[in-house]
Amino acid sequence: MSAEQEERAIRCLVAKVGLDGHDRGAHVIARAFRDAGFEVVYSGLHRAPDDIVQAAVQEDVDVLGISILSGAHNTLVPKVIEGLKSYDAFEDTLILVGGIIPDDDEAELKKLGVAEVFGPGTPMEETVEFIRKNVPERA
Amino acid sequence: MGGPTEDDGGTEAAVTDATALSDRDAALVEELLAGSHRALARVITRIENRSPGYRGIVAALHGHTGGADVIGITGSPGAGKSTLVDKLAAAYRDRGDTVGVVAVDPSSPYTGGAVLGDRIRMGSNVGDMDVFFRSMSARGQLGGLSMATADAVKALDAFGKDVVIIETVGAGQNEVDVVRTADTVAVLVQPGSGDDIQTLKAGILEIGDVFVVNKADMDGAERTLAELEEMVHRRESPTKGLDTGHHGFEVPDHPDDGADEASADGEADDAPVWTPEVLRTVANTGDGVAALIDAFDAHASHLRESGEIQATKRQRYAEEIRTLVRSDVGALATDEIERRGGIDDLADAVRRRETDPYSVAAEIVAPIAACVESGDR
Repeated sequence: MSAEQEERAIRCLVAKVGLDGHDRGAHVIARAFRDAGFEVVYSGLHRAPDDIVQAAVQEDVDVLGISILSGAHNTLVPKVIEGLKSYDAFEDTLILVGGIIPDDDEAELKKLGVAEVFGPGTPMEETVEFIRKNVPERA
Repeated sequence: MGGPTEDDGGTEAAVTDATALSDRDAALVEELLAGSHRALARVITRIENRSPGYRGIVAALHGHTGGADVIGITGSPGAGKSTLVDKLAAAYRDRGDTVGVVAVDPSSPYTGGAVLGDRIRMGSNVGDMDVFFRSMSARGQLGGLSMATADAVKALDAFGKDVVIIETVGAGQNEVDVVRTADTVAVLVQPGSGDDIQTLKAGILEIGDVFVVNKADMDGAERTLAELEEMVHRRESPTKGLDTGHHGFEVPDHPDDGADEASADGEADDAPVWTPEVLRTVANTGDGVAALIDAFDAHASHLRESGEIQATKRQRYAEEIRTLVRSDVGALATDEIERRGGIDDLADAVRRRETDPYSVAAEIVAPIAACVESGDR
């Protein structure tokens, strides 16, 4: 019998990177995650990759969801991943990208370490289920 | 801590070995003390999760704490806490201090989920890793939140932060307990909240060392300032007023309550008394932030010079010990309930009138009481 009940919660950072002012999707996702019982940190708009890295490291999130609708994913996402690596935080963070991403780019992003890309119309349950299944095991 | 290492175990011997430190956790503590942000973040997660071994970590960190000024900021939603904390952090950074922030947000009682939004306002400090900002949700049951917050503050303190700010909505007893883990408490009020002041009076307003009227460029700021001033001075009067026989309806049940702190500490009664300061800020523009920091510094040196700091710390650690002991003994009792067939069976027995709640409780506590009374373990 353990003396104390462990209380683990899945922590997510929902991040908007770069010059992209469309955050309706990010808001909807943040709320859906909350309703799924996750703890959601929302970055706010127009964040630089470094800001996202800082937030992901300090908040020690299990899941980093990057929402990009500007088309700049090929430059911004690699920068975030590099930053996470420099803090030793890449290995056990589940990185997701949401937005309009061409198939070729999707393959490229996955090669870099993005776990999954969710395009428009993805049912919310699918994303939540994916996170539940793939959230990194941590001590 | 420091003793022979026990591997994560945490099962049978959880209570006795609660502060044992595994090799891996010892390395984590070393990394934190050496300045690894990731280690600090991970330690706070372990604290929040109450994951096995976290007590050993906090125990190992305790010896390294005590260097930080801990400031609590509370106030009603929308009063501008996050924005003010952002500006405060930037001002502390300008004078060369490193800053840690713990921002507490409520979680849903239904799903346990939460949206932690305070980080959005931290615009002045993005990219500056010497401001360590951590969002926490009010998970778990009574007392747990203030414990977790206090432990997270210890982690930031041990990491070497000069200033640690705790930010929380001033809503209920839970939040009051949280903000009480700070040495200096600032209560934020927005203009035109005269009625708010009335409702706050009983709880939050009593714990403020500094009162801040934020958004002081708005209508009604003067009046709110005046009301706070009046309240602060009335707060002094219950003890002072006794001599003159002039007091309002706020006479406490025990007229010498006010002198408690000074005499409990064995200090002379003429030790300097802190009168809460009432200040104005406009967090958006940063107006008044410098004066607010001066007030925090003044209160910190007051605590040191009057010796009040020892009394506050003693009180706080006493509360921590009590909370821990209560939760551990509670866990022992829970185990005992399981051994006796589980709470549902016991409750059914009571329902069938085979026994009653008092007898059940007495039976469960008896073995624990026997251990305590035998005294020699």
